[in-house]
Amino acid sequence: MSERLLTIRDAINEALVQAMEADPTVFLMGEDVAGGAGRDDRGGLDAWGGPFGVTRGLATRFGRERVLDTTIAEAGFFGAAVGAAMTGMRPVVELMYVDFAGVAYDQMLNQAAKVRYMFGGTQKVPMVMRTVVGGGFRAAAEHSQTLYSIFAHIPGLKTVAPTTAADAKGLLLTAIADDDPVVFFEHKRMYMQKSHVPEAPEPIPFGVAAVRREGTDLTIVGVQRGVQFALEAAEALAGEDISVEVIDPRTYTPLDKGTILASVAKTGRLMIVDESYPRASLATDLAAIVADEGFESLKGPIRRVTAPHTPVPFSPPLEDAYLPLPGRIVAEVKRLLGA
Amino acid sequence: MPDAPTPTHDQLYAMYRSMVTMRRFDAVVTELAEADRIPGYAHTYTGSEAIAAGVCAALRPSDWIASTYRNHGHAIGKGVALRAMAAELHGRRTGTAKGKGGSMHISDFGVGMLGAFGIVAAGMPIALGAALSMKMQGRDEVAVAFFGDGAVHQGVFHEAMGLAKLWNAPVLFVCENNQYAEATALDYHLHTETVANMAAGYALPGVRADGMDVVAVYQATLEAVARARAGGGATLLEFVSYRFSGQYEGDKQTYQPADERAAWWAREPLTAFEQAAAERGLDAARLERIRADADAEVAAAFAAAEQDPWPEPDELYDDVYVSYEGGLR
Repeated sequence: MSERLLTIRDAINEALVQAMEADPTVFLMGEDVAGGAGRDDRGGLDAWGGPFGVTRGLATRFGRERVLDTTIAEAGFFGAAVGAAMTGMRPVVELMYVDFAGVAYDQMLNQAAKVRYMFGGTQKVPMVMRTVVGGGFRAAAEHSQTLYSIFAHIPGLKTVAPTTAADAKGLLLTAIADDDPVVFFEHKRMYMQKSHVPEAPEPIPFGVAAVRREGTDLTIVGVQRGVQFALEAAEALAGEDISVEVIDPRTYTPLDKGTILASVAKTGRLMIVDESYPRASLATDLAAIVADEGFESLKGPIRRVTAPHTPVPFSPPLEDAYLPLPGRIVAEVKRLLGA
Repeated sequence: MPDAPTPTHDQLYAMYRSMVTMRRFDAVVTELAEADRIPGYAHTYTGSEAIAAGVCAALRPSDWIASTYRNHGHAIGKGVALRAMAAELHGRRTGTAKGKGGSMHISDFGVGMLGAFGIVAAGMPIALGAALSMKMQGRDEVAVAFFGDGAVHQGVFHEAMGLAKLWNAPVLFVCENNQYAEATALDYHLHTETVANMAAGYALPGVRADGMDVVAVYQATLEAVARARAGGGATLLEFVSYRFSGQYEGDKQTYQPADERAAWWAREPLTAFEQAAAERGLDAARLERIRADADAEVAAAFAAAEQDPWPEPDELYDDVYVSYEGGLR
């Protein structure tokens, strides 16, 4: 089979195209998801496709009736997505940066997530919230966060964080077809990474982790870009005869605990790499699960390699020190193994 | 409203039936709450019945409403079964939400009751989304969001009106101006002369009517519904009323002066309706029968609900998700 290389950005775009072609109830909504609104008569249509160009071309293809540029009113259009989802549509809404969650959060936390439960299972909210996360853009404290945990914390929401182009496409197709509200995290530093993506729509099930590299000395569970940092570190450590297994959970709610616990049973050691704040985070949650359910497998302490508990800084030397880059992971692995 | 159609006698009797049912239902809620026979919070609707009854009378069963924690009147107006509502208030498995929601979260998709949301103004963008959805599906249903005067300071009040204008959405934003945002008086918090005036900021029609007069409510709503169905977009409706009920059951309402309450009570909607009945050619004996029937129906609903089964503890895991790989336990 010949390799068909796509960037993560283009894989997401392809998933949206295929989902919209297959199902007329799927539509997009967000700030400048097309761009150029009000200037279509002068070539404005599809001027942006969002700030990272992920949705570019969709308004030309499907019309502005299915690619709705909203006002800058996140709570308003997130609420509208909930109402539309409850009444027969499948909205895919974009939160331009996850940092803007603060202004939209009530509709996700209290409405999207709760409608099914507090109305006794009589209704469903089949919506997807796509959002952009991550540091490494020198974008400072309000455009660089990875707020996975504030969504993974909420029962009723599902959370997905793809790390490859094929996963981005397959998991987004699953998210759009899913009958529950799904938060889909896209890492801004990973958009341009290329890998093989099947052309046909092939949904990838939630709750199935991927073992990205097999190893015997230590398990590293990475969270999104943390998977890539861990793979780079594992490659460097292999040169020193340290064998690292790298696991990508891919979805956090639901979570494939079995694959993580099986790996820890094999290696006896666990590290978690996540560029998020360390307190009350996914890293802490994964550590707690293994401590609870896999304690007898552990030969030593679980180590979390995360950002420090500070806001994301701007200046390059500060941000480089902030992120859990491969060099730090290598040093932490050696310390953990006493190597 | 010179051009608005006058309701027929049958419509007037139906609106009266709806109002007296709401009044009686919440009177029982108050009794049960005082006796500690229902769990949790309850918010009653006494004195605002004309708004829910008048608005809902102007809607089709397939139109949508979104409500608030003070939702019993809206639910009854839209036709939610009293028995299922009473059971939900009692926390029973037979309730509208199988005991998962309680008084604050009544819903019934089958009669167009999208649901009741406990966060002030949260239902506004949701009703907007239902309206957008109807428009995208080529249907002519409209959606209504009910909210109080306190909601007008929430961001989503403004965001929803702006988006409704942008999308020309068939949605009615219905403000029940009951003079109090929790324990804060309207003349303290409202900066414009009326709530209806605030529609001007979004170039939407803003209409204000007497919320004590079910016919005035019905006619104002009918006009806004007709406009929305015909593609004319959203309307902000303000119905002026008074919150005779506490913010919640148990609220002593020490912030409402007695003379103020008395002056508004003199205009409360059931008495107002009964006083105008003869002039409208309605039969007093039939109104009497309607009251008796409503009382009996409410009493039967609560009596039966109190005997209904509790949910089993295991049911707390149900209905979090439609599906969840690996399960929640």
